[in-house]
Amino acid sequence: MSTLDDKAKGVMDDDAAHAEGGEDTGAGGFIILFFIIGFAASMVLGWVVFPQFLYSQKQQPFSFNHALHVGEVGDGCESCHFFREDGSFSGIPKLAQCTECHEEPMGETEDEAIFVEQYVTRDREVPWLSYSRQPDCVFFSHVAHVVGAKMDCVTCHGHIGESESSRPYEYNRVTGYSRDIWGKNIAGFKRNSWDRMKMDDCAQCHKEAGIIHTSSVQTERDACFVCHK
Amino acid sequence: MKVDRRSFLSFVIGGAAGTALSPLPWKLIDDSSIWSQMWPWTPVPPDGEVVYEDSTCSLCPGGCGISVRKVDNRAVKIEGKKGHPVNDGGICILGLSGLQLLYGPTRIKTPMKRIGERGEGKWRKISWDEATAILTEKLTDIRNRGEAHTVAAIAESDSGTVPALLQRFMTAYGSPNFIRTSSQVDADELAVKTLFGATGRAGFDLENADYVLSFGAGLVDGWGSPVRMFRAGSLWKEKNVAVVQVEPRLSNSAAKATRWVPINPGTEADLALGIAAVLVSQNMVDTGGVSGFGSWKSDLLSNYPTQKVSQTTGVAADVIVDLAKGFAKADRPLALCGRGKGLVAGSLRETAAVYALNALAGNINRTGGMWAVPESDYIQWPKAATDKLASAGLRQPRIDGAGAGRYADSRYLPNRLADGVNGEGPYPLQVLLVAGANPCHDLPDSKNVRAAFARIPFIVSFSSFNDETSAMADLLLPDHVYLERYEDVPVGAGLARQVIGLSRPVVSAQFNTRHLGETVIAAARAMGGSIADAFPWPDYETCLEETLGEKWDTLMETGVWVENDIDPVADTVRLAGMDAPAIQAEGDVDRFPLLLVPYDSIRISGGTIGDPPFMIKTVADTVIKGKDGFVEVNPQTASAAGLTEGDMATLSTPRGEVRVRIHLFEGIKPGVAAMARGLGHTAYDGYLAEKGVNVNELIGPVEDPSSGHDAAWGIRAKLAKA
Ligand code: SF4
Repeated sequence: MSTLDDKAKGVMDDDAAHAEGGEDTGAGGFIILFFIIGFAASMVLGWVVFPQFLYSQKQQPFSFNHALHVGEVGDGCESCHFFREDGSFSGIPKLAQCTECHEEPMGETEDEAIFVEQYVTRDREVPWLSYSRQPDCVFFSHVAHVVGAKMDCVTCHGHIGESESSRPYEYNRVTGYSRDIWGKNIAGFKRNSWDRMKMDDCAQCHKEAGIIHTSSVQTERDACFVCHK
Repeated sequence: MKVDRRSFLSFVIGGAAGTALSPLPWKLIDDSSIWSQMWPWTPVPPDGEVVYEDSTCSLCPGGCGISVRKVDNRAVKIEGKKGHPVNDGGICILGLSGLQLLYGPTRIKTPMKRIGERGEGKWRKISWDEATAILTEKLTDIRNRGEAHTVAAIAESDSGTVPALLQRFMTAYGSPNFIRTSSQVDADELAVKTLFGATGRAGFDLENADYVLSFGAGLVDGWGSPVRMFRAGSLWKEKNVAVVQVEPRLSNSAAKATRWVPINPGTEADLALGIAAVLVSQNMVDTGGVSGFGSWKSDLLSNYPTQKVSQTTGVAADVIVDLAKGFAKADRPLALCGRGKGLVAGSLRETAAVYALNALAGNINRTGGMWAVPESDYIQWPKAATDKLASAGLRQPRIDGAGAGRYADSRYLPNRLADGVNGEGPYPLQVLLVAGANPCHDLPDSKNVRAAFARIPFIVSFSSFNDETSAMADLLLPDHVYLERYEDVPVGAGLARQVIGLSRPVVSAQFNTRHLGETVIAAARAMGGSIADAFPWPDYETCLEETLGEKWDTLMETGVWVENDIDPVADTVRLAGMDAPAIQAEGDVDRFPLLLVPYDSIRISGGTIGDPPFMIKTVADTVIKGKDGFVEVNPQTASAAGLTEGDMATLSTPRGEVRVRIHLFEGIKPGVAAMARGLGHTAYDGYLAEKGVNVNELIGPVEDPSSGHDAAWGIRAKLAKA
């Protein structure tokens, strides 16, 4: 017989001895304890540490007061975020639009000074960071939703129109996209319709308004190409 | 506490369970899938306001109207302009790739001065003021020494305000040496002058023709105005118009024609005259619009009997008769010439013979026929006054010899420039200004051209791109590219009407470049005296607007000015210019048993502009593969030399030797080899440089005895296994 066989036998005997002797070394308790430690550590890692690492922050070029502007303009959000003649959406206003009013500094805030000195006088576009920019593979038509389906801005964008300053822009280090797309809640739970902007959120609403969203014959729902061109 | 194996495993299992119940894996899966769809190098057009800006493409002589799609200030696509009289919505592959020229890496971004050796590529950026000062000091110095005539300028065109400004500058400065690069336009102008006795150009009413006989014109390979030709081709298909392509090689044009007539290279004029002889002998001609028919007829009949023509051309006698009958029977037959894209001037004999066929069919200045279109005459500037120094310079002979002695009938002879510089000219050249031309790549016999350039002490390039000529320059004064500038674009290109397009800035200048017109005006003003007086305009735009006069408003509104009602320069054709000897290929038959002919392709830009990346990608791997260029030969020719498909071979001619790969092609006669023109660049970018062979390394110019124009259609060659 080889030495290997001897060894194997020895191990078996050893195990048998523990079992037979019924000597409780407390191993069972430890096992549970270690399970709990592992479980707890990974939960902390996944829920607390991971989001810290996943997202990074940037500040907007300067703070923008939506509430103040909404009060000043006549046509609500569309005063600045308007539709062009061809139906395309203008998005974040260009400098030319701002300077229609801001040729000279208006008010004395520090932000106004930055805006005029850094951008207006130098004729440079403000490099705003868009909180709601969808990935490039998504084709989203504002006009279909706002004019066609008569949705309001708040449904997707929340009460940004009431904000008095610009919050930091958080972006995902892996994808480079804004945190607003996945939503603030790392588990993906939402309370309001504007808390997340993932495909499921689009789909949820499209399902509710099901009758017209049946471009795919097979699934009787909207086909992929409606949004992914 | 003992951490044993079981505890550890338990820790791991707990960790795994905890991880699974945390968002970490699920979120990472989602993120990595998004990440993998969003490679940062995937080009995504910017989001913004979409507008279309109309302009005119000037990348080739075609003169197409274009509509450029812009998103905010970024041009993202060039489309053909719908309803435009030249291209009506169509566009060619070069026009389509124009944005890569605008935004690509081959632009010269600022004025520069050479600091290293010539061709080494070492430059120092300078300001426009410094650049203008360097140029004008140099020129003033030469002129004050009474040597103004030793300055020459070479440009791609001599029509339109920008070339006219450069020409005017040369005149006011005192140099007779303004040179236009060569093309079929040279032979066309000479043929019109010889046959009609007046200056003008031939225009072809292709759309209304009902029988087209093309002597090697690349109807869909880029001849004339290329997009117009595509449209005419479709129209002919629809209307069942017979299109006969006479060509030694089965080109795309030949393949698309209703009939391909293979011919011995260089014998097209003989075939045209042979067909004329059949028409005359069978009384199938209309002599109403021709003069000198009597004496011409007897020469023709004695020199071009069908059997003899058949022997010369390799076209069977019955085919010649058949072609003559087809041509005579048609109501509105049209004969065309100019090999491929018409990049070589060609001989007077061939051009006159083909135009004479149109005259004999009674199809001059008629619907569906050939028109004698007058030159556009909207540039009406008072003559530039010349001071003593200028007048003395202008009395000197030209460096290329054009316009005097045996070259009296030619206006420009770029093919003689290199020899002129290399010692055959009347004086050494001190400065060469290069505008919109790339002679170091495009002139035949590159070796000789390089030697000539090495002898010119000071070369100034106005090119927007890093081309072969700007690499050899001493001073770079980059022009805007066509999408950044205003310019009038008069279109010839065989149109049977007069068309002027307007090029308008679609985007603002991307770099520190300057409009050539502006540079010329600035230089003239800096030089003062009578030179400055010849340029009364404060800037180019004023000059353009004033010059165009009433046409300016139309051009600003619609982008194009058209005159459909042509007042022909003459109605009668004098039959002449066809008695010169045939142009022979250079080289000794025993040492070089093959004939090498260049061919043109719509996928390879043949003019000054090199292929942009999009375009070069469309060139088949039987034309270039990796860096290797191909030569096409008949399988018989290849097997005689022991070569098969893809083999590496040495191709030599009296002018040079290159390594090429073999492509076997049944559509070419045994004994003939064909090679694409426009490749073998050494400059530009990694997409284009070092790919294939420049056929000009192998071919030298052959002078047309009637004019001195380059009439080379090929050269004798030898193939050997490498
Ligand atoms: S044919 Fe010539 S002018 Fe027309 S789009 Fe092409 S390159 Fe431009």
